[in-house]
Amino acid sequence: MIEVESLSKIYRVADKQPGLGGTLQHFMRRRHRDVCAVSNVSFTIARGEMVGFLGANGAGKTTTLKMLCGLIYPSAGQVVVAGHQPQKRHPDFLRRITLVMGQKQQLLWDLPPMDSLRVNAAVYGISDRDAKRRISELSDLLELGEELTRPVRKLSLGQRMKAELLAALLHQPDVLFLDEPTLGLDVNAQARVRKFLADYNQRTGATVLLTSHYMADITALCPRVLLIHQGNLFHDGPLDRLASRLAPERHVRLELAAPVGAEAFAGLGRLDSCCDCEVNLRVQPDELTAVVAQLLDRFEVRDLEVNDPPIDQLIGELFRQGKV
Amino acid sequence: MRRYFKSLRRFWGTAVASQLEYQLNVVIELVAVGLSLLGSLFMLSLFFGPGRALGGWSWHEALIVQGFYTVLDGMASTWLRPNLSSIVTHVREGTLDFVLLKPIDSQFWLSLRTISPAGLPEIALGLLLVIWGGHQAGASLSPGGIAVVLLMLLAGGLILYSLWFLIAATSIWFVKTWNATEVLRAVLASGRYPVAAYPAPLRLLFTLVIPVAFLTTVPAEVVLGRASTPMLWLGLGLAVGFFVAARQFWFYALRHYTSASS
Repeated sequence: MIEVESLSKIYRVADKQPGLGGTLQHFMRRRHRDVCAVSNVSFTIARGEMVGFLGANGAGKTTTLKMLCGLIYPSAGQVVVAGHQPQKRHPDFLRRITLVMGQKQQLLWDLPPMDSLRVNAAVYGISDRDAKRRISELSDLLELGEELTRPVRKLSLGQRMKAELLAALLHQPDVLFLDEPTLGLDVNAQARVRKFLADYNQRTGATVLLTSHYMADITALCPRVLLIHQGNLFHDGPLDRLASRLAPERHVRLELAAPVGAEAFAGLGRLDSCCDCEVNLRVQPDELTAVVAQLLDRFEVRDLEVNDPPIDQLIGELFRQGKV
Repeated sequence: MRRYFKSLRRFWGTAVASQLEYQLNVVIELVAVGLSLLGSLFMLSLFFGPGRALGGWSWHEALIVQGFYTVLDGMASTWLRPNLSSIVTHVREGTLDFVLLKPIDSQFWLSLRTISPAGLPEIALGLLLVIWGGHQAGASLSPGGIAVVLLMLLAGGLILYSLWFLIAATSIWFVKTWNATEVLRAVLASGRYPVAAYPAPLRLLFTLVIPVAFLTTVPAEVVLGRASTPMLWLGLGLAVGFFVAARQFWFYALRHYTSASS
């Protein structure tokens, strides 16, 4: 459904030094610098897949998403979405995709969502009867009722987001591009949006590409994850494989009957912390059984736990360090 | 085509509904329209006054020009200003993305998405002024003549729209184009008076460079039966030319659209 090959986007940005001198210099002789927002990215997404798109702010997620929608012309590379080249923005292509942006809204601020829905129905050429049926179906799924006839400015953020989703899905698109659809929502509203997206994908077989800063969105919805870092595609595959790639070690947490010095754990993996009776170690997976056996043998262990490090912590670390 | 008509109906329905949400605003706008018309009639009376003439135009003839100016200014208030000034907002806030992703011509959407009915009385008053001025100046028009007047008015409207849209389209690069549209409004204001009332260099400028003459003076000449056929063709040609240029420029601008960052 989505094929991307060697996709790149280079922006020209003005380079300006701070202060009056810099401003004058910038005014007299403009200096530009090329910034590579996306570099040589390739992937394919099959029909019906739900794929998470991860990356820090400025990693190139939104730029890629906008090239897939046809909003931005790629600098190099090929994109085919639903059999079309997005940048041509052919009406047949536009009828098959939708873009939802968590921080921007298309609903008319002063009017109830129903008015915006009627505008969208006319623009997409949906008959009044079909529009009515689809609105009632989708509003059932989204648990929207009288909110549809209340001015948008009087709705809560969660209700507004659900109405935005309804407006974006009225024309039954095959491909959904969702850019932070749960941004700013409370935990309950996030969960409802998530459940809706999963249901919608199941019912319609739509292809979904989702970016989010909330790891819970990704873990709940997307079996497959693309991680983009500084414009490059760093990972394409299941989320747990990303975890093992980022941090191959397992976490071992020990609770001992009596405090033991840090030196006692030499040769038993990497020691994260050791205070009083609680000890945290990182151990290579192939050494895990041997190390656990030795620990149980040498110390009086009250409790022992083996975990994968939390994925959002790992990705957070990756972004902070800025190295891949 | 039917889809476009239906969309337009819904566009304007929602636009009017949005404005009626704020009742006092509607009243204030209507008062402002009335006052601005009175003000421009007063200005005109200073220059032309009954019995006086300027550049070969009598008071009643000049009233026809003022009438066409009022009609065009009304069109600008009704359609151009509300729609084309929102292009800048769309670009700055990134909501242009939503427009570009609709399977409908983006220029159609951006040019006709909203309507401000407060400008409609101005159009009606302008037409009344044209009819009254024409009657007093002794003009008599056949139905065919009326059709030519309306055609030239349409051409004038198209020229104004295309110029405005061209400027608004540059917001893809510059984002702020408010000042440029103010200059355009000032130029339009020069169309209140017959072009003949201006010195020769300005006359040339207003005919060939910024075709203000075709907005008001030429339709008035048609009413008075003094328009030359080549001028009419030139007016129609310019209207089509400017429109095609504005459209091509819009497509060119979209290729350079980088979308606001999130």
